[in-house]
Amino acid sequence: MAIISINKKIFEKEIGKLDEKMQERIAMFGTPIETINEQELQLEIFPNRPDMLSYHGFKRAFLGFLGKKTGLISYKINKPEKNYRVTVDSSVNSIRPYTVCAIVKNLKFDSEKIKEIIDVQEKIHFTLGRKRKKLAIGIYPLEKIKLPITFKALEPDKIKFRPLESEREMSGLEILQKHPAGKEYAHLLAGKVKFPVFIDAENKILSMPPVINSDLTGKITQETKDVFIECSGFDWAALNKCLNIITTTLADMGGEIYQMEVKYKRTYLTPDLAPEKMKINLDDANKLLGLELKEKEIKNLLEKMGHNYSKGIVEIPAWRVDVLHEVDLIEDIAIAYGYENFTPEIPEISTIGQESQTEIIKRKISEILTGLNFLELSNFHLTKKPDQFAKMGLNEKNSKEVLEIENSKTDYNILRKDLSHYALKILSENVDVEYPQKIFETGRVFCVSEKTNEISESEKLCLAITPGNFTEAKQVIEYLFKMMDLNIKIDEPDIQQDAPVHFIEGRTAKIIFEGKTIGYLGEIHPKILSNWRIKMPVSLCEISLEDIFEKLGTD
Amino acid sequence: MEDIKKIAEYLSPNEKRILPFIKEKDIQEICRKSALDKVAVLRALEYLQNKKIVILNTKKEKIVEIGVNGALYKRKGLPERRLLNLLDTKKIISLEEAQKQSKLSDDEFKASIGALKKKAFIELKNGKIILNTTKEEISRKSLEESFIEYLPLNIASLTPEQKFALDSLKNRRDIIDTREESIIEIEITELGKKILKQDLNIEDLIESLTPEILKKGVWKSKKFRRYNVTSQVPEINGGKRHFVNQASDYARKIWTEMGFKEMNGNLLQSSFWNFDALFTAQDHPVREMQDTFFINKKTELPASKIVKAVKQSHEKGVNGSKGWQYSWNEEEAKRLVLRTHTTCLSAQTLAKLGEAGLKELPAKFFAVGKCFRNETIDWGHGFEFNQTEGIVVDENANFKHLIGYLKEFAKKMGFEKVRFRPAYFPYTEPSLEGDVWNEEKQKWMEVFGAGIFRPEVTEPLLGKPIPVLAWGPGFDRMIMRIYNIQDLREFYKNDLSLLRKIKFWIK
Repeated sequence: MAIISINKKIFEKEIGKLDEKMQERIAMFGTPIETINEQELQLEIFPNRPDMLSYHGFKRAFLGFLGKKTGLISYKINKPEKNYRVTVDSSVNSIRPYTVCAIVKNLKFDSEKIKEIIDVQEKIHFTLGRKRKKLAIGIYPLEKIKLPITFKALEPDKIKFRPLESEREMSGLEILQKHPAGKEYAHLLAGKVKFPVFIDAENKILSMPPVINSDLTGKITQETKDVFIECSGFDWAALNKCLNIITTTLADMGGEIYQMEVKYKRTYLTPDLAPEKMKINLDDANKLLGLELKEKEIKNLLEKMGHNYSKGIVEIPAWRVDVLHEVDLIEDIAIAYGYENFTPEIPEISTIGQESQTEIIKRKISEILTGLNFLELSNFHLTKKPDQFAKMGLNEKNSKEVLEIENSKTDYNILRKDLSHYALKILSENVDVEYPQKIFETGRVFCVSEKTNEISESEKLCLAITPGNFTEAKQVIEYLFKMMDLNIKIDEPDIQQDAPVHFIEGRTAKIIFEGKTIGYLGEIHPKILSNWRIKMPVSLCEISLEDIFEKLGTD
Repeated sequence: MEDIKKIAEYLSPNEKRILPFIKEKDIQEICRKSALDKVAVLRALEYLQNKKIVILNTKKEKIVEIGVNGALYKRKGLPERRLLNLLDTKKIISLEEAQKQSKLSDDEFKASIGALKKKAFIELKNGKIILNTTKEEISRKSLEESFIEYLPLNIASLTPEQKFALDSLKNRRDIIDTREESIIEIEITELGKKILKQDLNIEDLIESLTPEILKKGVWKSKKFRRYNVTSQVPEINGGKRHFVNQASDYARKIWTEMGFKEMNGNLLQSSFWNFDALFTAQDHPVREMQDTFFINKKTELPASKIVKAVKQSHEKGVNGSKGWQYSWNEEEAKRLVLRTHTTCLSAQTLAKLGEAGLKELPAKFFAVGKCFRNETIDWGHGFEFNQTEGIVVDENANFKHLIGYLKEFAKKMGFEKVRFRPAYFPYTEPSLEGDVWNEEKQKWMEVFGAGIFRPEVTEPLLGKPIPVLAWGPGFDRMIMRIYNIQDLREFYKNDLSLLRKIKFWIK
């Protein structure tokens, strides 16, 4: 989630008073307020609008929404001056194939603006740049650089410069091994024989993207007037958008944009701020929104969102990344119209409501059991290994039938394979609560077949009684099936090994439904009770519900 | 007179049993004479107090008891006695020698010297103790010695000699202890006195109504003892559905009443249904391990026609869209995830509708179920959460209908005041987030994420870009608000005493 911070004083001076009405406008623009205090306003910027990841970018769009400065804003683009050129060497092709570049001159930086430009760079790296994997931005003080510039790949040991926040010169490899930023982004260059660098006309290394800039040429200060900007990465369209966002933000701060020649086999002039054009069908817009807007109104609304409109064609700002389809423009119309101005409506279409059959059966089972004074539980689908195995008398190393979560942030890192261990866990956590305790749960369990590798997800019922014995559990199960008008047979387990080991041998029974064993019931073995520190006898039953669903009719 | 008779009809057997003895001041005595234990007697006395027959005054009294050392000295003699006995044989002895031979600790020795000096039994000169008293004095029992023999004693009733002994012993270590004891005094009221004057065996009353009494018809000739209907009875608890499931069932009821049909599906899904079919680019951050639970297994993809259409939608776009313009990877789509939203069920439903040739439109579907995200657990977050999903597939569906359905749902959940703001989801456009007003906290609470599915979603699945209204409100915050639960962890804690106490969902 990207959050931008705006100085409250500057907001009130340049946009308007931050009263309740203004706060409501901000929310209705689609930039929810995270926090607001005396000094600062923090807004959430959704990932489709990286052009608003700076104060100036937000201001540009929001002033349009408020109706203060509508229509497509055009920026003066100056042609390249002498040596405003970046040559892209073919050595980068398989490493970091593209760059687009620009120069912005006559800037007047103060600490607030420097902070803003560093912030927007970081936020774009994180969002649009996918943590620099897709693209990265470099901004350099022009006075420290000798143009023209070359973008090429070099062997790591041939790369030598003093990176930002370092006391000494380092080689490319050293940076990845020792420098904090190097270590953080090393994975992005892992396995590459050569690393990409920007080099100026005097052969000085400016930076090693996407990792770090040189301390000598890569730091903007309040004295900086002119800057060189490069975006490098893998996605040509995204790089151009990114460059447009950065250069227009700098232009909003007072800078003048100059294009550069970026020389591949052919030469491109970047940035290119020519608006994109897209057709819009007014009927489509009105139909999707349920409105009856006239062309003039639609034109006004589009202009509020920073577009131009003329005769069915919309001109879209070159810094917008999110307009893929007409519907994106229709949403802009809706935002400008104001979500609060739509009248809620429920259409008169006739459809028949219907609950899922399995949910109905599960609810009936719950009703029968609550009628017997059972309390229903609701446990996680994820569980902890020791709870699922060791405490249930199982060796986790022997079980390959359990599904593991790859990267859980907690110690709940497997999917539960039964409900019984959770029932015992809950009894163990409630030893101070008044007895008798009768509990049940219905829910999904997961399993992967060792033989076929097939993954299954099935619905189960587990119930437990404490203090409870075999007879009581059997009574409940028999009552439950009788109430559903279903027949079961309760029998000795065939081979003891097949029955769950947490039961006492000789007090375990299998439950047969439609000729199939659907589960077991019995008294929990004292050694399992002691694992859970339960000091009361427990009888328990767990059965699969899948065959019952089958019998009673599924959806 | 009538009143007294009526009161007598209220008396329980135990009350009647102790009544003749309540003049006894001592509870122990009442216990002995009535042959009831102390708990029963106290309870019966309380009942009598409720009937205004007695008044019970609880007084706190200070009792002096023998301390740990005191008990020891009671057997072995006080340290000063032991020293005195030694002096009785030695008459004059050096301090070191006296301590050594008397086997007293430093403390005891010091205290003994002090005590004997105070009584003028000894003098100290040049590091020596000189006995300075008569045999007769030595043999006489001291006040302190007699005092510890009589303990425990009530402080209020000590003799002057005992008080003197108490003062001299209270600063010495653990010889005596004082504690407070509650003593119940029974005061018989005017009414009580009247009742006592009556013949108490007035009548034999029926206590519990037994089958025996019914069978023999005893009730015809006897009166029933009156019960105090206002007295407290022990609480009981019944069986109950889990409160979150009660809430889910209610959501089911709302949707079915509005003509929606329930969708059901797996919690384990392919990335294809969870992300790709919903136009979520394969490098989207939500598809990172940081945010989503992945299972280290691959799963099968649906029929190749749909896979192809989805691939096309991502790579080059469909229906005039630009698409995401990257190379879509089938293997990535096979990765197994714990569903991050119930919207994957909507995607599957749309594919089924498309397969069936869109014959049954308009159609409305809903789902209620668990979803997952890779999170740690705190009061407001968890790795499992409840979502309720809805879609409306209708050629004429529009944005006003979307907010119409959501407003109605919020209203039925008890939230009258709602607002809708622009938002972003990769698979809807226009998109919105909905807030409900939290009256207690006086602020908006975000609950809905919704929108109209993008053509990049609907065209590959339905075969045609029909508008589909879609929403997936997180359900947990509403449940928390309705049950007034402050901590999300309560949902999964299964504290049985809380589950027994929590109110039923009455809606």
